[in-house]
Amino acid sequence: MVWDWAFVWEILPDLLRGLRITVQATLLGTALALVVGLVLALLRRSGIRAVSMAAGAFVEFVRSTPLLVQLLFAFFAQPILGVRLSALVTGIIVLGLHYATYTSEVYRAGIEGIPRGQWEAARALNLPPRRTWTGVVLPQAIPPVVPALTNYFIAMYKDTPLLLAIGVGEVLLTARVIGSATFRFLEPITMVGVLFFLVSYPSALLLRRLEARFARSG
Amino acid sequence: MPVPEQPTATRWIVELDKVSKSFGDTHVLRELCLNVAPGEKLAIIGPSGSGKTTILRVLMTLETIDSGTITVGGEPLWHMPHRGQLVPANEKHLRKMRGQLGMVFQHFNLFPHMNVLDNITEAPIHVQGLAKGEAQERARQLLAMVGLAEKVDAYPAHLSGGQKQRVAIARACAMRPKVMLFDEVTAALDPELVGEVLSVLRQLAEETDMTMLIVTHEMRFAREVADRVLFFDQGQIREEGPPEKIFTNPDHERTREFLKAVLEH
Repeated sequence: MVWDWAFVWEILPDLLRGLRITVQATLLGTALALVVGLVLALLRRSGIRAVSMAAGAFVEFVRSTPLLVQLLFAFFAQPILGVRLSALVTGIIVLGLHYATYTSEVYRAGIEGIPRGQWEAARALNLPPRRTWTGVVLPQAIPPVVPALTNYFIAMYKDTPLLLAIGVGEVLLTARVIGSATFRFLEPITMVGVLFFLVSYPSALLLRRLEARFARSG
Repeated sequence: MPVPEQPTATRWIVELDKVSKSFGDTHVLRELCLNVAPGEKLAIIGPSGSGKTTILRVLMTLETIDSGTITVGGEPLWHMPHRGQLVPANEKHLRKMRGQLGMVFQHFNLFPHMNVLDNITEAPIHVQGLAKGEAQERARQLLAMVGLAEKVDAYPAHLSGGQKQRVAIARACAMRPKVMLFDEVTAALDPELVGEVLSVLRQLAEETDMTMLIVTHEMRFAREVADRVLFFDQGQIREEGPPEKIFTNPDHERTREFLKAVLEH
């Protein structure tokens, strides 16, 4: 078997369509992980014990089980619960929730890094709890943890091929389908690796510049 | 505990009645009784670890008390009336009570991500609901008072310790509290910066009718500014009186020893 460039050009449009879904899943999953992670971090600090324990249990459970199992479970348990989400939507939600349990720990570290004096000043000024969070604590807690957060987005991007297990037409599944149809696997699979690299490496560089900016302002 | 039938109008703005507080086995306040008159400038002196700071911290609701009662402006601080009984205060009651108090901290505790103007306008806007323009006008006046009018846009990281503390004083004053608590506000400063902060405090003491509780190690300042000086030791008031009396002719041996030790250095 020799490398066939003509075949590569032929399958590239399909692979790029798959890549678009991969990127889409990563971006939406990231957005979800950012928001839900923060909510989990706040719930874990709740004064109501039942709430903080439930949030803690969720985080520990999700972190202790494989993403692939969670994907399959979320997808195949849906009929029992009477819901029917598309494979892509299911995949995005599971990715987002899975990574939210990691980002919640990152947020938590950021929040715990805020000196006690800041909380006390907010209280002495009688700031309402909501404003204490949005005006005083989070603006100081988040910038220092941006580098830790960005690492997880790259990791999530590289985890998206797992979505093929539930039939999301992302780039790896596309390559496998092409392979099965043409009995040529070398070019499609190689191109998947190349495409992943071409997206993730520049993204990593970009995120590093973003981190540097936060380091300056923080 | 039952509510007194006729809440007697009190002439004290702050009253502590048999207030106790301990951290583990350490009793920092032992059945402390203390009354402060409106507008009074009270200096609290005493050895480190004697519980002076804790008095301010329980008043600012940064620490709870174990027993006793505190009233501010005639109303109980840590309790509230509910169906004829005094029950532990909820957050709403605490927020109402805190509105009468302000505090300046030893370590300034400015918000590092906000410039000077935003530090000062933060609470007036978000707590008192002032319009931004009005809050900024108030902030500028206060900055002029503390001699930092030109620093409105500066961030705390670019200020000296003395400047930070003066901004912190302006920030606390912006809420116009009836009672201001000063917790060793010069203790974290380099010696050459102490004077600028004390002169702002002196000005506040002379020009406002704000009640001031000042925990300090600056004996000369306490002597000049205070209406009354309280010597605090081992969770209790050992001795109190007008500054002249305490500093020149104290009754207690313990007070004498303490003053001798701090004035000699």
